[in-house]
Amino acid sequence: MSATVAASPSDARAGLTLALPALMLFTGVVVIPLVMTVMLSFHDWGQYKGIEPVFILKNWIEIVEDPYYAEMFWRTFRVAVLATLITAMFGVPEAYILNRMQGRWKGLFLLVIIGPLLISVVARTLGWALLFGGNNGIANKLLIALGLISSPIRFMFTEAGMVIALAHAMMPFMVLAVWTALQRLDPQVENAALSLGASSLTVVRRIVLPQIMPGVLSGAIIVFSLSASAFATPAIIGGRRLKVAATLAYDEFLNTLNWPLGAAVAVLLLIALVLIVVGSNALIERRYQEMFR
Amino acid sequence: MSRNGPLALTFHALFVIVMVAPIVVVCWVAFTPEGFLSIPITSFSLRWFKALANYPEFVHAFGISLWLGALSSCVALLFAVPAALAISRYRFRGRDALSALFLSPLMIPHVVLGIAFLRFFTSVGIGGTFVALVIAHVVVVFPFALRLTLASATGMDRSVEMAAISLGADGWTMFRRVTLPAILPGIVSGWMLAFIQSFDDLTMTVFLATPGTETLPVRMFLYIQDNIDPLVTSVSASVIAVTMTVLILLDRVYGLDRVLTAKGGDAGR
Repeated sequence: MSATVAASPSDARAGLTLALPALMLFTGVVVIPLVMTVMLSFHDWGQYKGIEPVFILKNWIEIVEDPYYAEMFWRTFRVAVLATLITAMFGVPEAYILNRMQGRWKGLFLLVIIGPLLISVVARTLGWALLFGGNNGIANKLLIALGLISSPIRFMFTEAGMVIALAHAMMPFMVLAVWTALQRLDPQVENAALSLGASSLTVVRRIVLPQIMPGVLSGAIIVFSLSASAFATPAIIGGRRLKVAATLAYDEFLNTLNWPLGAAVAVLLLIALVLIVVGSNALIERRYQEMFR
Repeated sequence: MSRNGPLALTFHALFVIVMVAPIVVVCWVAFTPEGFLSIPITSFSLRWFKALANYPEFVHAFGISLWLGALSSCVALLFAVPAALAISRYRFRGRDALSALFLSPLMIPHVVLGIAFLRFFTSVGIGGTFVALVIAHVVVVFPFALRLTLASATGMDRSVEMAAISLGADGWTMFRRVTLPAILPGIVSGWMLAFIQSFDDLTMTVFLATPGTETLPVRMFLYIQDNIDPLVTSVSASVIAVTMTVLILLDRVYGLDRVLTAKGGDAGR
């Protein structure tokens, strides 16, 4: 079969010919627009003159020097880190419980938990806005009735609300990543530990957790990068005042019309995410080298 | 294998309730008979679903979303099927780079893609048009169309193709009569997953849509920013119903678990 033999010239020609239309499409409408966006971030802009195609560092200097942007980026990453921690805290045990269920239930609940991924994020966030809904929303009524809090917490237009709604939106990715890692586990090792007298807590801590750690970490990377670039949830729950990188870029493009500055914010977000994702991937691979062999 | 204890099952029940709560609440509130948001609702009524007919902007946006999803998924497959065949059966230099490029719309934040498309389409003079929306959606749904087609093309038995050729079929006949039927389940489910992705996309589309070409998620988003009332919950419930229908079809055709857990499973955004 051709997939197992070394590259031959005719194979290369046939493969490239078939992939050519898609390659042209991607070069034309992905690569070129991205390059144009990077260039745009170096252009000048004025209220009356519009965009001037010159090469200046004005936008980048503004982002570095104005503390407003530092605060906004700091909020973006803080919210993303907290959402990631919450998904790990609840998603990892849930995936483990799910994996121990009987076949039929396992399939059903996997769909119930992962299905929301495909439901409109606007509809899901609207659901949270309804649950939070002011000081006497269902969420607060429930928490007070359970005696967990004494006075209502503000969820709408706060970072806490943003973190909760984001963690909910990203939870399927974490469950999925951990669940995939659990599939590779050999149940006999767990049974061996149990038969040698280990408690189930020890088994989880010493046998299961170390083996699924790469899955947890790769889930965390997905959740973090999607949360840091999320738009709908911060825009609806955060309101007009609490800006994150994506909503600020949106504002610059469609309200202020300062495209070069908006482009600089977006490019910085992209660079930061690429560095963080590539860096942590490299760290994970080095740490767990023997597991990837 | 040991069973889950009562503590684990309690955790599981609470987890599932929290996961479905926002979706259930939206669908529930949509049936309110009142003119304002009230939770819990007192009785069921279709008032706000009937009211939708009086809001042409939502009806129009719904039509745009359906067309856009159907059209961009078809176009994406026209590009994705040959690309999937190239990647699954030929080994050539740059093949890995090529598949990384084709899957890149999954990695690049949609807000960055939206900005890049806005800049590009405006400067080539088709900013705000439906054509621009279709092109942008083709790119964004391409990875989903590619991945499911790739999965079925990789698993295909190629000796059937050899048999067709040795019996005298030309390349096109072989593709039409042998290859295409064999990878059809991958293509159909790839189309459905691509449709859902296009139908639900907000972050990228919000940069490109203008009042004439607003999709439903964009219309809903702009509406929610001003006020949250029962009308938008009935729109949301309708959107959820469309997605669920496609999901059930997808489950019948291909198996939802296979779609969602396919390589990395980072579907949806």
